Amino acid sequence: MLRVVLAEDSVLLREGLIGLLERFGHHVVAGVGTAGELTAAVLEHRPDIVVTDVRMPPGFSDEGLQAAVELRERLPGLPVLVLSQYVQRAYAEDLLDSCDGTGVGYLLKERIGHVEEFVGALDRVARGDTVVDPEVVRQLIRHRRDPLARLTAREQEVLALMAEGRSNAAVAAALSVGEGTVSKHFGSILTKLDLSVSDDTNRRVLAVLAYLRG
Amino acid sequence: MHSPGMRPSGMHSSGLWRPLRRRDYVISARPWRAALYLLTSVPLGAATLLTLVLLAVAGSALAVVLVGLPLLLVLALSGIPLASLERRRLRLVDSTPLADPHREPPGTGLAAWLRTRLQERSTWRELGYALLFATVLWPLEALAVGAMLLVCGGLMTTPAVMAAGGDGEAKVLKLWIADSYPEAFAVLAAGVLLLPVLAYPLGALAAGRAVLTRQLLSVPESGADSRLQELDRSRMRLVDAFEAERRRIERDLHDGAQQRLVALSMTLGLARLEGPAEPLGGLLAKAQGEADVALVEIRELIRGIHPQVLTDRGLPAAVEDIADRSPIPVDVRLDVPGRLLEAVESGVYFAISEALANVAKHSGATRASVRGGVAFGRLAVEVEDDGQGGARLAADGGEAGAADGGEAGAADGGAGGSTGTVGGARVGTGLQGVADRLSVLGGSLLLSSPPGGPTVFRLEVPCPPARSRT
Repeated sequence: MLRVVLAEDSVLLREGLIGLLERFGHHVVAGVGTAGELTAAVLEHRPDIVVTDVRMPPGFSDEGLQAAVELRERLPGLPVLVLSQYVQRAYAEDLLDSCDGTGVGYLLKERIGHVEEFVGALDRVARGDTVVDPEVVRQLIRHRRDPLARLTAREQEVLALMAEGRSNAAVAAALSVGEGTVSKHFGSILTKLDLSVSDDTNRRVLAVLAYLRG
Repeated sequence: MHSPGMRPSGMHSSGLWRPLRRRDYVISARPWRAALYLLTSVPLGAATLLTLVLLAVAGSALAVVLVGLPLLLVLALSGIPLASLERRRLRLVDSTPLADPHREPPGTGLAAWLRTRLQERSTWRELGYALLFATVLWPLEALAVGAMLLVCGGLMTTPAVMAAGGDGEAKVLKLWIADSYPEAFAVLAAGVLLLPVLAYPLGALAAGRAVLTRQLLSVPESGADSRLQELDRSRMRLVDAFEAERRRIERDLHDGAQQRLVALSMTLGLARLEGPAEPLGGLLAKAQGEADVALVEIRELIRGIHPQVLTDRGLPAAVEDIADRSPIPVDVRLDVPGRLLEAVESGVYFAISEALANVAKHSGATRASVRGGVAFGRLAVEVEDDGQGGARLAADGGEAGAADGGEAGAADGGAGGSTGTVGGARVGTGLQGVADRLSVLGGSLLLSSPPGGPTVFRLEVPCPPARSRT
């Protein structure tokens, strides 16, 4: 069970999310609607994870994101899952820059609908993993299209899935191939991009993301 | 031409006297410029008088045989070239340029030009100025400068006059007689010492003359020109209102439809979890798929209305975002310090967006670049591609017209266009909108695309720094 602080200014979504998280056995210790309340609630409850919207009152800009990044500075290692109607590389980069990018997630809001995947991502972020929306990965890959042109189409697919934070097994399942094939692809990606990374899945994710960000 | 940034003459005039109070005034170039300004007045004024008199006499004498009528017309318009020259001459003593108050004639040809000019108040003000200049101003200036020259020259040439005379005497300014060389050289020294002193009345006279010229030849604040200014302001208000409306629509979509669709998708997701796999599961999955598609569409729609990243992070980040989404690689180098006015950011954003969309659709380019920065209070951005060129700001026919523009011939559409206009009718709706928007901001849009490429799309906008934003 995770103790969650939830910040979302739309009451409709906030109530929906609370119901969904409780359905999976998590406990929402505070559900708030502004960035200021978010900071106060986190400092009061010290939750296992923060789930927050990017855009919130009073400015309806990126207050939620700013509050999350600040909270991670004050409470190093605080896992944060940020939900947004729009995914932007610039926002993802702010998150990945905070505390080495461990224990952060950045997902499109509509991923909530795919309930099991969403809760899975929540668990992974709470464990300290990095989860990035496929949409952001797509942006990152386009941003680095010149060096990535050396990769085959299959290798690019593998790279994208890796960057989203998936393990070898999950990549293999997504592409309907064996795990051995995936590690072979990944080895060749590393060689082509001059990357050296360890076997630890999340460090590998971070290395790939760092590469994609250039 | 009318320019909203130009100050009316009155506010400016006090600045003309300020250099006189500076300690280095005497050793600066200003007294010399003042002298040159006043001295050039004399022959110009004399020539003006001669011209006016000749035109008036010949025109009246020949009016009976009709040949004189054109001459009288020329007389009426003679203030225009003189005023233009005077505005230029004013730069000798006044660093702020004086705007030309005349309107662009609506058509080409002599008739349209004449009709416009004869209807303008400025034309008659300028004729008045010409009369005043020819009859009063230049003789006064000649008198003042002449007196100063005579006094100084008279004093300083005393030793030379004495040497030339040979009788050991020289008249100083016809007032008294110097009868020894030491005395003559003392007078010369007095003349030299008088020079820096005279620099002040000279400067004051030039400044006064410049103020008068500004008053008489600047854009009048009343009548048609103030209506133009009001038009400018109302266009700006329209753009601001338009911008506010876009943001309101974006906010409404974001807070309304988008949130409800996410909630719908979430409910469908939970229903799939609870319910039996068949027969409902397949339908629920389909419904959720539809909701997802709707969410993607609404997101794209909102980006087209007003991208959130532009509001939050400013122009460079938003342009990077366009580049990330472009089907061809785009290299972005924008050097924009801080944030700009919202209308500027938004106008430039949509201009770049439109340009890159055109590159991707029609140019056949393999890569493109966006470069720009702020210099001298203007933001200039160039979008360049390595495509086959031949692009033009297409004629009517909406999006289809713009689409044909890529292949169809004529190069350099509007490259000669003046501020804010892009070759009139030769603009497709997409780029026409962009050009209109930039023109309201006082900016301009140029396209250079010779057959074979490269195509360069250049925009320039004045960019006052934004008020602080959250």
